[in-house]
Amino acid sequence: MSCREKQQQIKETVSKICAEFNNDPNELIAILHKTQGHYGFLPKEVQIAVAESVGVPASKVFGIVTFYSYFTMEPKGKHPVSICMGTACYVQGAEKVLREFESRLEVKNGQTTDDGKFSINTLRCIGACGLAPVVMIGDKVYGNVKPEEVNNIINEYS
Amino acid sequence: MDKVKVVVGLGSCGIAAGAGKVYQRLLEINEAEGGLFELGKTSCIGMCYKEPLVEVTDGTGTYLYGEINDKRAEEIIEKHVKNNQVVTELVEYSDKIGGKEQDFVDNQVKIVLRNCGKMDPESIDEYEKRDGYKSIKKILENNISEDDVIKTVLDSGIRGRGGGGFPTGMKWKFARGYKSDEKYVICNADEGDPGAFMDRSVLEGDPHSVIEGMIIAAYAINATGGVIYCRAEYPLAVKRLNLALEQARKRNYLGKNILGKEGFNFDLYVKEGAGAFVCGEETALIASVEGKRGMPNKRPPFPAEAGLWGKPTNINNVETYANIAWIILHGAADYAKYGTEKSKGTKVFALAGKIRNSGLVEVPMGITINDIIFKLGGGIKEGKKFKAVQMGGPSGGCIPAELGDTIVDYDSVNATGAIMGSGGMVVMDETTCMVDVARFFLNFTQKESCGKCTFCRIGTKRMLEILERITEGKGEEGDIEKLQELAAQIKDSSLCGLGQTAPNPVLTTIKYFRHEYEAHIKDRKCPAKSCKQLITYMINEKCIGCTVCARVCPTKAISGERKQPHLIDQDRCIKCGACYDACKFSSIDKL
Repeated sequence: MSCREKQQQIKETVSKICAEFNNDPNELIAILHKTQGHYGFLPKEVQIAVAESVGVPASKVFGIVTFYSYFTMEPKGKHPVSICMGTACYVQGAEKVLREFESRLEVKNGQTTDDGKFSINTLRCIGACGLAPVVMIGDKVYGNVKPEEVNNIINEYS
Repeated sequence: MDKVKVVVGLGSCGIAAGAGKVYQRLLEINEAEGGLFELGKTSCIGMCYKEPLVEVTDGTGTYLYGEINDKRAEEIIEKHVKNNQVVTELVEYSDKIGGKEQDFVDNQVKIVLRNCGKMDPESIDEYEKRDGYKSIKKILENNISEDDVIKTVLDSGIRGRGGGGFPTGMKWKFARGYKSDEKYVICNADEGDPGAFMDRSVLEGDPHSVIEGMIIAAYAINATGGVIYCRAEYPLAVKRLNLALEQARKRNYLGKNILGKEGFNFDLYVKEGAGAFVCGEETALIASVEGKRGMPNKRPPFPAEAGLWGKPTNINNVETYANIAWIILHGAADYAKYGTEKSKGTKVFALAGKIRNSGLVEVPMGITINDIIFKLGGGIKEGKKFKAVQMGGPSGGCIPAELGDTIVDYDSVNATGAIMGSGGMVVMDETTCMVDVARFFLNFTQKESCGKCTFCRIGTKRMLEILERITEGKGEEGDIEKLQELAAQIKDSSLCGLGQTAPNPVLTTIKYFRHEYEAHIKDRKCPAKSCKQLITYMINEKCIGCTVCARVCPTKAISGERKQPHLIDQDRCIKCGACYDACKFSSIDKL
């Protein structure tokens, strides 16, 4: 597919999403949620397409994407590993769990493995403090995670 | 005889602990047995430390079983449901026979959590059966005026449960006072304090109570529309809220001419956040609802005068709204019965950290911190010593064990330097380093600062750098004073609550644990033995030369002959602690 065709395709997809929200600039956050749900991340071309559909400068969209931690401009792995770094998880050793994931997957927090299978990021409290430390892989939540269990958890996805 | 009822707790905590699988298994058993029992769902029961939880109700009473897996579920069905034999060793609590966790249940007063864990949150019928929507009916059927509703809320003495503690009735009165063709009510469900999860539990467990509270607020201030601003990190809460809104619309609790009251039009929708702590601040929240970057604005004008879209707006948090229907139904006096002179009613706390019973508790204001931690919380895990409790999240502070007799009400907690906040209590034991805790919170607020005010943006960064230096053993004489000076400047020069309170965790830890800071700086030691750079691992005379430590050491820093005491080369040691964890003879000391 040529670059132009690709851009055309992005434009069509994005404008459909924006139309669901009546191209209302006040709904930008909801639009971006939905767009990220579709693409997995929000690269520059997609942000520009959103800005055009809604009729605001691209800088405004970029401002929102960079302000909120939920939005990302980097593609995530097929199985995104999210480690909760809330207070409860932290005092229960979440940092050790993070280090273990980093050394097992050989990527740092915020990065994606070369094969695109896993990515690691940290989260603000997800509110499952009773089970601290907590790790999410995709939508699945693992509670009371110990560093020595990390390998087994990763193996579930390999 | 009625069928035995078996209910599974399916809140986020329960699901994470495997309650979904237990529910599936019970469903299969029930099908195979031809509908032997009535299987139901509920949400958070509060006993997070015993998840997954299953409650069995038979002719004699209710029995709450904890830590259930497939096998135990089968055992309970076989013994209890089929043969009426209670599996006593698994019962956590029962209204008939007590149970292991009786203290946890008996010391609570449930107003906010009145329905949580008691009903299916996805059923409006069950909510109605438990006095749901009776308060709004009471108001409309008896033509109780807006002012009288506000008076009841004022008289109840309830103060904002989101952290600030501003009297709710006053807020409503101000919003009512401004005239406008459009007015809004907003529910702040952007529960951002790490370690606090009471709002999530209420939204997942009893969404209708929040909605009813908002309808009453809308009536009182003549609002025309409303928004529930919920964290995107709470997908289950968003789903249940949307479902509840749809149900409420069908029964005309929302919509036009609500319950036949001419001219009472009000509807609500859920707006998801996108991960920004500062959006818990009301003006930033409003900016975010309007689709902008969530940056705070100067007050005044307060939202009561010019809020969402510039119209008068009333903002309360989830827990506050969840109280309202109860107050209207039972009257202000019944509510004010609980609590202290200036802090009325109950407060929900989320217990987490090094506490045995982590979970959700609702207690009357005025109970002491020690009572919460030891009576309800069951004390500290692994028999360790209680050192401090962190209250109020990143805006709050650490209260040391010596002040455990402090009662929880807004003013007493404020006097310690911490704040009530939204009710997160993260408990710390002797192995938690207080300098590291301060660093953790500052790292959080520094990242979450929106960047509008210079002192908050740069000052927190400088404070963080100093704290990092201290925990790495590179602290300097005068660092503590520098931290205090910066803290005072940030507090004075920040626009919103985030900046004004960001230094609190540092200030309270300096106030109560100054000796720990000094030990880091002067002696290069971490008294809690938690800061990696300040630990030394040494092999003592108990070493029998098993070579396990030498084999696990990633840097080959340990040497020694088999059956001879080993030695750690301190220059090569990276302090990973692998040897310490591996040694079976306690022959490695952490100094």
